[in-house]
Amino acid sequence: MSKRLFWPLTLLVALALIAAQCAAPATEAPPPAKTEEAAPAKTEEAAPAEGAALDIEPIRIAIVMPSTTTDLAWSQAIFDALLRIQEEAGGEDVVEIAYSETMFNVTDAAAALRDYAADGYDLVIAHGTQYGSSLFEIAPDFPDTSFAWGTATDTGEGEGLHNIFAYEARAEQGGYVNGVLAASLSKSGVIGVVGPVEAGDAKLYIDGFVAGAKATNPDITVNVSYTGSFGDTALAAEAANTHINAGADVLTGSAQQVVGAIGVAKEKNVPWLGTQSDQSPLAPDIVVATQLYDWHDTLLDMIKKHQAGELGGTAYQLTLKNGGLTMLYSDSLPEEAVAAAKEAEAGIISGEITIDIE
Amino acid sequence: MSGELSVLAIIVGIAHSGLRLATPYLYAAIGEMFAQRSGVLNLGVEGIMLMGAYSGFFVTFKTGNLLLGLLAAATVGALMGLAMAFVSVTLQAQQGISGIGLFMFGLGASSLLFKTTLGTVEGVEGFPELRFCLSSLGLNSNYCLSQIPILGEIFLRHNILVYGAFALVPIAWWVLNKTTWGLSIRAVGQNPQAADSLGVSVARVRYVTVTLGGMLAGIAGASLSISLLNIFQENMTNGQGFIAVALVYFGSWAPLGVLAGAMLFSLVNALQLWVQVLGLNIPSDVAVMLPYLLTIITLAFPFRRALQPAALTKPFERGES
Amino acid sequence: MQTRLKRFRFERMLDLLLPLIAVVGALIIGAVILVLLDKNPLDAYQAMITGAFANKNGLADTLVKATPLLLVGLGIVIAFRASVINIGAEGQLIVGAMLTTYLALELGEALPGFVVIIICLLAGSFIGGVWAAIPGYLKARLGVNEILSTIMMNQIAIQISFFLLRGPMIDPAEIEAGTNIPHSARLPKATDLPRFTDVARWLGFPGSAKDLGLTGFSKELYGLLVEPTRLHTGLLIAIIMAILVYVFLWRTTIGYRIRAVGLNPSASRYAGIDVPGYTVLSMALSGAFAGLAGAVEILGLHHRMFEPLAVSAGYGFSGIVVALFGKLHPLGAIPSSLLFGGLLVGGDKMQRAVQVPQVLVTALLGLVVLFVVSSEIWSRRRASRRVSTQSIPETTS
Repeated sequence: MSKRLFWPLTLLVALALIAAQCAAPATEAPPPAKTEEAAPAKTEEAAPAEGAALDIEPIRIAIVMPSTTTDLAWSQAIFDALLRIQEEAGGEDVVEIAYSETMFNVTDAAAALRDYAADGYDLVIAHGTQYGSSLFEIAPDFPDTSFAWGTATDTGEGEGLHNIFAYEARAEQGGYVNGVLAASLSKSGVIGVVGPVEAGDAKLYIDGFVAGAKATNPDITVNVSYTGSFGDTALAAEAANTHINAGADVLTGSAQQVVGAIGVAKEKNVPWLGTQSDQSPLAPDIVVATQLYDWHDTLLDMIKKHQAGELGGTAYQLTLKNGGLTMLYSDSLPEEAVAAAKEAEAGIISGEITIDIE
Repeated sequence: MSGELSVLAIIVGIAHSGLRLATPYLYAAIGEMFAQRSGVLNLGVEGIMLMGAYSGFFVTFKTGNLLLGLLAAATVGALMGLAMAFVSVTLQAQQGISGIGLFMFGLGASSLLFKTTLGTVEGVEGFPELRFCLSSLGLNSNYCLSQIPILGEIFLRHNILVYGAFALVPIAWWVLNKTTWGLSIRAVGQNPQAADSLGVSVARVRYVTVTLGGMLAGIAGASLSISLLNIFQENMTNGQGFIAVALVYFGSWAPLGVLAGAMLFSLVNALQLWVQVLGLNIPSDVAVMLPYLLTIITLAFPFRRALQPAALTKPFERGES
Repeated sequence: MQTRLKRFRFERMLDLLLPLIAVVGALIIGAVILVLLDKNPLDAYQAMITGAFANKNGLADTLVKATPLLLVGLGIVIAFRASVINIGAEGQLIVGAMLTTYLALELGEALPGFVVIIICLLAGSFIGGVWAAIPGYLKARLGVNEILSTIMMNQIAIQISFFLLRGPMIDPAEIEAGTNIPHSARLPKATDLPRFTDVARWLGFPGSAKDLGLTGFSKELYGLLVEPTRLHTGLLIAIIMAILVYVFLWRTTIGYRIRAVGLNPSASRYAGIDVPGYTVLSMALSGAFAGLAGAVEILGLHHRMFEPLAVSAGYGFSGIVVALFGKLHPLGAIPSSLLFGGLLVGGDKMQRAVQVPQVLVTALLGLVVLFVVSSEIWSRRRASRRVSTQSIPETTS
């Protein structure tokens, strides 16, 4: 039995290798192809001027993401920003975007990163902390390519790398504002938080949220629960249900799993405060405020730096001050609540409010 | 700490959440139990659930008709069950691996369909929570049975699919133990040669059970997408299908055992959520681990022996000894 | 007799071609979907094959992917041969990776690199084996079904990892930066498994393929072995292990007993074999290989521990597929892991080349698996016909 399948498979691999060899000449081609792609790019320099608001030269951007472009959270936030830049700059001729989604497997992501770089993309974005080690191995081989990596603060300068940008979102800032808002909205004095894993971006957001709520109303109860996963939509939904049963009348949460919790909030008519991506299309009446990760300016700055010959070395932060974090408020919110939230925003921007996180 | 919550309120909350959480597991595990009792291990439940969740959601989203959505989920589930039956019964393929193939197909296909037809996470109005209000009986009262302390609060605040899942348990018990069909299923799973010599068509029985199992797995998916969460997201079942398969083993291939397993797992899961909500000083990771840990520990108590169907995973061919 | 032999040869050919036909069948369905998605299937499939096998980086990716698949697959072979269903390779791999990370960080500066590597590989295997021995023991002594317990053990391993990675084992730089991302510090460079290019340098291989005037596929093959790619010596460990497992299962008494227990437990019991003991042993060995895979992934590829599910990367399941495709034979697992690694790498390349959703590849792989297992019925049918007519002695089965 064992021998019978061994040979077919060997044959199959052999055939694949032969096929690959036949196809090899095709892959020999890229060098000329690359210059071809570069050449029209230069001649198109005039094109963006036609109607484009952004003054950038044509660029090819590739991004590798751990979840999907439609996750209403981490990945969608940056992908939407890329699409916006593309639109503003004058479309696909100016900004070419290639993406690989659901690259949760780091080995696959690393292959994608190298492949994009080898393919001549100018800016290759690794949109996940876990891609860092691989990125640091790949980046030295492509000294003319810019890489970007987040959530991260390390641009690799310490290891002698000069073509890596790092970026992170100070999620606790919008978390604080959302916390202020939640405390103003809550009548029961109980707020529920549906977290994924108690770490990283989610923890920053939630710590900020708790601080904001407590600062507004020291007696308020903020119940926090974690599902132990980023994608457990069903457990996130039940966590929301549990919070409601425990008396919560305002909910928030983080990561792509929260769509499950929003579904429950919608059914129970409990207001939801969002983060990362704008989740209001899913439940316009329920998602009353959002801390939006607006990567637009950060990405644009990377593009401009790249085109000015500065390939990396900058660590970016999204903050309320630099507009990287934007608060979206629904019109249905009471004025005092929005006023309190905006005051908190102003306080964080001016530095009057400092957020203590663990 | 939310000091105002009484212990009673917490117990009610845990029980209420437990029933909700158990719903998809019950549909999927009871269906899988039938398949396994007839001798077919279908590891593809997760994939079928995803396809069921997608089709139920999509049809509901487009037509606004929940029953059509449920029907779509059941049909798609049954078709995938049929495919599994064809592969494992007629083609006698290795069941474990074909189940994994079916899972991968369901995972990929449901995500692909989601991307091409919806493109973004949307919401629907799912099956509403019933409240059993007297007014609906024409009585001039706004009292609802769901307001009955404790019992009403636990049991009478759910949507129809939750009740369906629990109703399935006695029905499954009855079918399996009191009908000729049930006898045939058990015989085919225990000793297909003997069943065959008695004139029972082994293939037909297995086709029916695996298709039925697929249909129930499809409904399990729909119970998430159009009744408990009211959204569809890629890979939203997140491993529940595999836990459902495990629960069949936990329940020793009996409906009541499956119910016990599903309730234990779900109640402990609900408990750990409450442990976190109440801010008890336990790391969240440890809390999340609890249901898994307790399931293993429970099984380690030697209160019974598992009675695995003797012909499980073994294809049947007439004339084999 | 002559015609019969001819027919036998023809059928033998057909047997060999069947899996290929099955794969082609799945790809044809994929082509239809691609056309529906408005993509050119030929471009897509060309990208798939060239992406996996045509150049040094594609080949390196395929082999890098095949390494953990093969190691996990070997563990599955041992377990399944003993009739134990190990669905817990995911968790066993994770604990192996965790302990490896811990030891490499603790010992990395104190001891020479190769000593630490050996300690880590052994420790990773050991903890993986222990993690699997628990369900093995529960099954052997208390009758707890292993499908259930291994699935539960996976979740426990994941949550323990999160607990350690966001607390005791977190990268101190993360606390300093206030980002609190749950991953460990990078392991000391000395503990990196050597890459093929490092080995080539030590052995004093001459410069690049260009210098030697190589062209075409030979240039890529030379590049794969000599030039810097991600290909690391974990691959050699995996292949050596495959041979060792083969020798172990077919040339030693313990291996023979493991297979005997799997084939017929009651007969084995009469023969005086300690069936529960061998059940635990086979499960532990199975877990040891998954744990070794975890150690190799950390030392050879990631060099730090991060989100457990991103490290285990579904190898628990794909490892089962690899083992079954390899007909539960350790040597069959080698081409099988290559094929599967290639399909996964090529599928990703296809996503990038024609911008189809990556999930299409998942669906196609599912179909490939279904078609290949389904097609086996024809070879099985013919095999049994051959036996019944007694015209040709049955081959090894």
